[in-house]
Amino acid sequence: MNKFETELKIGNFVTSECSHCNRIVWPPSDYCDNCFKAVNWRKVSQIGTIIELSKKENDVFCITEFEDKIRVMGKLDAEINMAKPGQTVRLSKCLLNNKNSFFFSLEEIKEILEK
Amino acid sequence: MKKVAVVGYGNTKFTKDELPIESLLLESTKQVFDTTKNLSQDLIDGVIVSTNDNSKYLGAILSELSGIKPKISHTVEHLCSSGANAAISGFSYIASGLVDTVLVTGADKIGNPGQILEWDKSRGEFDHPIYWASMFTKAHKRQFSTTEEELAIVSAKNHKQAMDNPNAYSHKPYTISEIMNSKNVTDDLRILDCSYSCSGSSSILLTSEETAKKFTDEPIWISGIGQKTNSASFMKNELTTSSSSVISANDAYKMAKITSQKIDIAEIHDAFSVCELMAVEDLSLTEKNTSASYVRNLFNTEDRKINPRGGLIGAGHPLGATGISQIVEITQQLQNKAKKRQISNAKKGLVHNMSAAATSSTVLILES
Repeated sequence: MNKFETELKIGNFVTSECSHCNRIVWPPSDYCDNCFKAVNWRKVSQIGTIIELSKKENDVFCITEFEDKIRVMGKLDAEINMAKPGQTVRLSKCLLNNKNSFFFSLEEIKEILEK
Repeated sequence: MKKVAVVGYGNTKFTKDELPIESLLLESTKQVFDTTKNLSQDLIDGVIVSTNDNSKYLGAILSELSGIKPKISHTVEHLCSSGANAAISGFSYIASGLVDTVLVTGADKIGNPGQILEWDKSRGEFDHPIYWASMFTKAHKRQFSTTEEELAIVSAKNHKQAMDNPNAYSHKPYTISEIMNSKNVTDDLRILDCSYSCSGSSSILLTSEETAKKFTDEPIWISGIGQKTNSASFMKNELTTSSSSVISANDAYKMAKITSQKIDIAEIHDAFSVCELMAVEDLSLTEKNTSASYVRNLFNTEDRKINPRGGLIGAGHPLGATGISQIVEITQQLQNKAKKRQISNAKKGLVHNMSAAATSSTVLILES
């Protein structure tokens, strides 16, 4: 199990980052895909942007992008007609059981500006 | 670089049957021996197997079961585009002069493990292909105002064309309305917009220009090859175009010294309806934002130019066999041997084989 997975197992969404190249290394990896130096690990911002979304039965699922680079697919806690690409979401939960799971909730712009 | 030709082929029927992978591989290989003149085991010096199956050492196993003792034998796995990439390996061995004649055989069983890429953690629990296909479809609807009917036409056309393919998984025609009203897999995907992972096997025999005439009077030349891998993870994709397809097609056209206008017939990787709409534009077979009207016109005029064997949607998708089956179809078309599926005067054909949400694509150009 790599660092990404061990952190996800305790509810932390982390990314690898290369301090030498000053860039996020995504998908998570032990080495920078540019310079091959060992990466650092840090938490990902909780605020992301919906790229696209659809629905299966009662579950709305979407691709969400964090920090202009990190994209993951997860479950959105909202009605499908309340959400659209470009909208801001918050990572509400992430976990790793058999598979990794990400959960998002819609974020009011006003709330973000206040933080 | 030596010229390389397709000089023999074999295809099993694509089915739901749970058959041993070794039996599937052997079945289409046997057809190559049954139908290729002057072929004997000692003339084959390369055996390449294409599969996503977890069984080991299949290149050697198929060689032994076929009585071949090749110089080079191994397996190629590249998810859904394993087949076309195995053909590239065979091509390269011959073009380099390392070997002279290569058997390339692909097979997979229903429920094979190649549908899920466990490594791609970014997909989370949504790791089945229906989820990326839903994202592609929704984005296509949003950007191009693509309708459910336009998506259904792809499936209706390919199911209809599969009726004349004796090896196809599906031999049932569907109306546009039936497809639009078929079961919702997701809000953006109907069950009849999806290809079906099934059991099947396909083989091709490749050889050099010097040897080609020994096996056939109608060699079909592989004149262009392009393969582009942008990533393994889905999450770097654009959603309404496949840049790996664009780049691999441009490379293949350049190598063949032709433009897309010269393509008479094409086998395209329609894993889902939206994939065909994307691909006909990405391969420059029609202008940007005209794919839906282009495919509608093919359907209305019963023009089989795209996916004459029924595509993945109609013929089925035994992953490791698909790319090779596409090559067999284009070979038959260029040899004027495609029977009811035959289009008139086909001289140049294209194969488009894609994997893992279009993260990697392979394009081959074949000529008579």
